[in-house]
Amino acid sequence: MKPITEAANRLDFEDKITGAARYCADIRMEGMLFAKTLRATVARAWIRAIHIPPLPSGMAVIDWRDIPGKNAVPIVTDDQPFLAENCVNYVGEPILLAVGPDRAETASFIRQIVVEYEERKPILTLEEAMGRDGDFISGNQPWFASYGYDKGDLEGAMRRAARCVADTFTTGYQEQAYLEPQGMVASFEDGVITVRGSMQCPYYIVDALKNALGWETDRIRVIQLPTGGGFGGKEEYPSIPAVHAALAAIKTGKPVQLVFDRKEDILCTTKRHPSQITIKSYLDAEGNILARDIDVAADGGAYAGLSSVVLQRMIYSIGGVYRVENLRIHGRVYATNKAVSGAFRGFGGPQAFFAMETHMEHIARQTGMDSVQLRQRHFLRQEDSTSTGGHLRSPVPLHEMTDLALRLSDYYRKREQPNTDSGKLRGIGCSVFFHGCGFTGSGEQDLIRPRVRLRKDVDGIVHVLASSAEIGQGAMTTLSKIVARTLSIPLSQVRYEYPDTKVCPDSGPTVASRSVLVVGKLLLQAGLEMKKRWSEKAFETEARFTYPKGFSWDKENHQGDAYLEYSWGANVVEVELDPVTCDYKIKGVWAVYDAGTPIDKKIVAGQVEGGMAQGLGYGGMENLEYADGKPVQVSFTDYILPTSLDLPPVTFRLVDNESVLGPYGARGLGELTLVGAAPALAAAIENATGRPVNRLPLTPEYLLEVMNGG
Amino acid sequence: MGEKISFVLNGANVSLETEPMRRLLDVLREDFGLTGSKEGCGEGECGACAVLVDGRLINSCLMPVLAVQGKRVVTIEGFRETARFHALSGSFDRAGAVQCGFCTPGMLLAAEALLTDNPDPTEEDIRGALSGNLCRCTGYTAIVEAIRNAAREGEGLWP
Ligand code: FES
Ligand code: FES
Repeated sequence: MKPITEAANRLDFEDKITGAARYCADIRMEGMLFAKTLRATVARAWIRAIHIPPLPSGMAVIDWRDIPGKNAVPIVTDDQPFLAENCVNYVGEPILLAVGPDRAETASFIRQIVVEYEERKPILTLEEAMGRDGDFISGNQPWFASYGYDKGDLEGAMRRAARCVADTFTTGYQEQAYLEPQGMVASFEDGVITVRGSMQCPYYIVDALKNALGWETDRIRVIQLPTGGGFGGKEEYPSIPAVHAALAAIKTGKPVQLVFDRKEDILCTTKRHPSQITIKSYLDAEGNILARDIDVAADGGAYAGLSSVVLQRMIYSIGGVYRVENLRIHGRVYATNKAVSGAFRGFGGPQAFFAMETHMEHIARQTGMDSVQLRQRHFLRQEDSTSTGGHLRSPVPLHEMTDLALRLSDYYRKREQPNTDSGKLRGIGCSVFFHGCGFTGSGEQDLIRPRVRLRKDVDGIVHVLASSAEIGQGAMTTLSKIVARTLSIPLSQVRYEYPDTKVCPDSGPTVASRSVLVVGKLLLQAGLEMKKRWSEKAFETEARFTYPKGFSWDKENHQGDAYLEYSWGANVVEVELDPVTCDYKIKGVWAVYDAGTPIDKKIVAGQVEGGMAQGLGYGGMENLEYADGKPVQVSFTDYILPTSLDLPPVTFRLVDNESVLGPYGARGLGELTLVGAAPALAAAIENATGRPVNRLPLTPEYLLEVMNGG
Repeated sequence: MGEKISFVLNGANVSLETEPMRRLLDVLREDFGLTGSKEGCGEGECGACAVLVDGRLINSCLMPVLAVQGKRVVTIEGFRETARFHALSGSFDRAGAVQCGFCTPGMLLAAEALLTDNPDPTEEDIRGALSGNLCRCTGYTAIVEAIRNAAREGEGLWP
């Protein structure tokens, strides 16, 4: 048998290459109406009145009074309404919907509605939120979540230290920019609401519908459609348009399509959290890092959303790949009157690793050490304890990976002679990082208890019944390969349809680099059971998650195994920078990853190349700012994404380090590929310019400030 | 307000009475049900809506239907019937150039426009030709490789 890693044909390929795949906006149904959302135009206000012109025939308006259940998006807390009642908290917040048979007319009707606001003083920046002592957005403090934990004895170590190196870093927003904007189609028949659309987490939407409608699950059906990219942006957000479309379909009795345009999508959907991170490292006279005191602040936007969970990942990642025995780590995510910050590939990791890795560069610079050697001296090893006191059970191949990345890139030669004759500055830099796979701590067990089923038909075809969504990342193919391999049948004998909650059990959301590690493992278990009974004609098998033995997690105190598994990475980036304009080009990218055994090398290559592109975009060119509570960049004309001209190919290698927990030795990869890019880019720019940087994105404008000593 | 517009769509003569300033993209998707052309931005920035008009790659979200009067329009639905499509499809598959697929029809038509002009493009030529087509998933490398391989293997297809 061929190794599982050998590339297979993607199951969704034919449909997509021929243009036959029907995404949400491509759906047409008999009598279908089009919905358009009225959105807040001010950042914070009481709604005093809404003036709606007489309704043309065939049109309807849906507002919060049409919600029979609870007007609250069920995420972690329930502070966010599906539709605003008497106040708005960010520009773009949905107030009501209009639906009608003609898209253009519906949109023009929305434009005629006048909302009278009584404006309140908004909180527009992280700094404002931190300094606020009253009139908060939610509850009686300016933050949604505040966490802290310690390791060892910080005070004692501080007394022994010879010096302290301190840095403060800030990072900006990143827009998801999946190429397909958000969209949902809802239809209501025989008392059952069916919602189809672009999504990562069908069961999040089931929960949202249950909440909003007050109905039981047997009257709710959610089906994923081909989805034009997700990256986390279609994790929690789609619950909102799903409920909107459902309310309209129930009210009108007709199918309703709700598709955002790009401006609307940028205005109102979730983005990567901006952050401000301060790290103080205490060193002895030999340059050993004795202790660190770290403070993380993140901008959560107007509602809590997933911010508390993102903050957890930030504070569990901020220790980096280093063994430092004395730590104090504190983090808060604050409320501001802006679009809700949310899940985005890396989920708090990109901010944390940019800060920690750039800080390591700065320590080296200030102490006259080589920054790679400084890292190597402190690398985590197998059997070490993590910042939360978790146990690193598996080999941690950081030395091998870093050496390989440096060798591939010819790092040391380039590092020492950064300048070229052309008058351009050359620089090279590296980053070393990890991504914890699966839900935080015991979340897989406590929050979802995922399960999967396999069904064998009389014709021998095996159907995979799982709620993992194909969003471009290759989940369909990867998970089907695991099943085919387990049953020793050809891939063509396995079927994986877009998940439909009527037939698929809840195997959890398609997030957190958990699909292969957790869902893949369950499919393997269900497959083993099926294999035993293979001679039976038609039957089903099921597998449920159980928390692995020996792991433990104390959520209150942030102690124990923060993640089930860790994937590791080392990146090198080389740049060439014009010292006059500070424009730069990325000349080379090298990457080494340990994500266990790859299930499909072609799909893995796609994740590496795509994640790296998003990470370099985040680090360099993708700039989204707010002014007066409104995003300044609201189109692809202003929000600049990497194009084919901006990125060189990535030279990458995978190290061989089988996971014990994951199926066929695999663990998570999807997010890992993004998190190391920005810090490697920052290190390369510092090497080229000789100046420290402390902010993302690294735009030429910002670098000019740096070069001019600003 | 309606005006009669006639053009050749995927090899067939078509005509319709419509408002002449409607976007070609909407006419293709709504009047002809050709949903392979996608709307990613509606502003000419992403190339998801790209089609060929008299062999030239254009963003159909920016073009009024009036502008194709008497011209030849090719969308993915027409292109997929050609030998050139099959060469590109095979190389896209092997290179892993499709992820979410939303940019894919536009990318294929961009490739066709390039190879028609320049059957033996360098990597730089390919990157230049794709620079108006955004892809958020792949980082472009696999797409560039796929097009290079199609050019190499598709002998005689793009003379
Ligand atoms: S939709 Fe036409 S270029 Fe983006
Ligand atoms: S494959 Fe998703 S945008 Fe290109």
